[in-house]
Amino acid sequence: MPTIDPATTTLEQLCTAKEIVVSTGSGGVGKTTTAAAIGAAAAINLGVKVLVLTVDPARRLASALGLERFGNVETRVPDAAFAELGVEPEGEMWVAMLDTKQSWDDLIRLHAPDVETREAILENPLYQNITGRFIGSHDYVAMERLFEIHNSGEYDLIVVDTPPTRNAIDFLDAPERMAEFFSSPLLRWLITPYRSRVFSLAAKPFYSVADRILGSQFLKDIAEFFMLFQTMYDGFVERAEAVTALLGGPQTTFVVVSTLETAPSRETEFFLRVLAERNYHVGALVLNKVLPRVLLDVDGTKSARKLTHQSSDIASGLAEQLDPPGNDAGRLAVVLEEMGRNFLNYQTVARREAEQQSEISLAPDLVLRVPYFDEDIHSVRGLLDLGERIWR
Amino acid sequence: MSHPHSADLLDRRLLFVTGKGGVGKTSVASALGVLASKRGKRTLVCEADAKGNLADFYGVGPLGFEGHQVRRGLTAMTMNTEESLKEYLSLQLKVPLLARIGPLARTFDFLANAAPGVKEILTVGKLTWEVREDNYDLVVVDASASGHVVGQLGSPVAINDLVSVGVIRSQTEWMIDMLTDPAITGVVVVTAPEEMPVSETLELLDRLDFETEIDVAAVIVNRVLPELFSHTEYEVFEQLRAEPGSSALNEAIGDGSQAVLQAAELATSLRRGRLPHLTRLREELPSGMPLLYLPLLFHRSHGVRVTHRVADALGEELGF
Repeated sequence: MPTIDPATTTLEQLCTAKEIVVSTGSGGVGKTTTAAAIGAAAAINLGVKVLVLTVDPARRLASALGLERFGNVETRVPDAAFAELGVEPEGEMWVAMLDTKQSWDDLIRLHAPDVETREAILENPLYQNITGRFIGSHDYVAMERLFEIHNSGEYDLIVVDTPPTRNAIDFLDAPERMAEFFSSPLLRWLITPYRSRVFSLAAKPFYSVADRILGSQFLKDIAEFFMLFQTMYDGFVERAEAVTALLGGPQTTFVVVSTLETAPSRETEFFLRVLAERNYHVGALVLNKVLPRVLLDVDGTKSARKLTHQSSDIASGLAEQLDPPGNDAGRLAVVLEEMGRNFLNYQTVARREAEQQSEISLAPDLVLRVPYFDEDIHSVRGLLDLGERIWR
Repeated sequence: MSHPHSADLLDRRLLFVTGKGGVGKTSVASALGVLASKRGKRTLVCEADAKGNLADFYGVGPLGFEGHQVRRGLTAMTMNTEESLKEYLSLQLKVPLLARIGPLARTFDFLANAAPGVKEILTVGKLTWEVREDNYDLVVVDASASGHVVGQLGSPVAINDLVSVGVIRSQTEWMIDMLTDPAITGVVVVTAPEEMPVSETLELLDRLDFETEIDVAAVIVNRVLPELFSHTEYEVFEQLRAEPGSSALNEAIGDGSQAVLQAAELATSLRRGRLPHLTRLREELPSGMPLLYLPLLFHRSHGVRVTHRVADALGEELGF
């Protein structure tokens, strides 16, 4: 008897061998749902402790799991949620959502050398803006928190959903950017006049212009912020390097999620290339919302064309053969013509998508096609259905 | 009606098009540009996140910070905050070249990476400035996705809070004035008839209402599936699907009949699944909020041809 080739990957295999699964892709392709479904399937089938970490500020996973605002704290999905559906998980499913502000505060608490520095940073208006109101800081804390949780040794598997960045690779660069930022010589330049009264003559015009534009209070806030932050420099840089190493390590795999629409496909192609260049492990490509292959049926095309061209003739022949008979031939003709046109319409899209899929080079061995579901997945039931479909 | 929302969409001067990722934001923004330019407005369409998709929608090569004319009356560009800063420093502040290329510019660049609000304000600043200078009748912004757009639109206020004096302060003040004038600025929220996009739309409308003073010009539901059958027609379809109809149909049109029936089933169930979300959107939308629908077009390809078709559909919806 021939043996089964173990090189053929499945999600089950991936989730057994890896500790971190990063679900990534462009916005709106279903990566949060996919991450949650993988997490649920792993918890049910593997008998391990799984955490789904979502970093989406829109808080989609909360509603998908029926858990209201579980926030930064890791929360266990109650077994009752599965039991209702007649499922008894072998393992445990935990979920956490990233609260950016809270995570930043935690980071400061971790890295600040003393209480005074900590309080000064937490109260600095610039800091409050960076963490609260402004975008972009999600990326960094998301990766940071992933590291933290992984390091805690609390979970067998962490499925992490990536932030909806403008560009799917932003979050990959986030730790490095943060390290670069703190090593910049500009930081020193900027805070010099606030550190000592003596500063070079050459710098004077710069400060007078900066002062004119920004106002001295703002400059002072900036300088203070960076001076305080510099005290944490080593901690941050070290951490950033560790996070980068973790993403590229053998315990991590990426699951790229996409649809077959043009823009997401293109971004997927680009993202797969970047991941390959950096030697990251791509375990699977999940294609969501794909149309069924029956739409590519050649006979279907012929039949549909007949319907669009000869609906009246066909209707008059069919009217008496239906149950009950005696249909209005005019109405029947309308229905038939609509059916024909509908098939051809969807076929156009299905063909375009098939071509789109064929153009994704660099796809991993495991490509999972997930059909359009009648309803959006927003229940544990839906997650389980999706999980089962892609698991083996 | 004298409701503030009744102002014609294209009569505003600055439209920020946003929505959840994947709903077709860029498609709608590019189509709005085509429609406005066809109606004689000098129009600028700006892609704020520099993803490079906008160029595809106009079938042109890569777009840059310098506006590129894509058709008569229509200019397209992508935002580049570094360029925007240079322009700002030289045009508005008359900062000497030396300071521009020296540490000041580098510091700004550095700051822009550190405090992303700086990038947002350079984006918003450039666009409000184009309107203020009357360089265009209409500026359409393919803005950040709904998770980020409040931060983008709120950046002048945020900076204003941080900076209490100085030139920047007076700059943010006129920006805020323009942004909060509903006759000038409006947000267009693009959505899709699916659960998450609808939820995110309602959430965004709430946030815009609570956190900003910026008016929402319209909500556009994209890719609405056409109704395949009326109620009575659906009954006929059921007969065709069941025996003996199914066999008779197979006899009449050949072996592809199953595929055709399945496609019709797919279309009706997809539409049926989306209907509750449309209803919810309609019901929970603030009263008086214009709601526009764009049908799914089943297009062959993507690109300028589709953009024009979307523009036509949009024009029809606006009653042109």
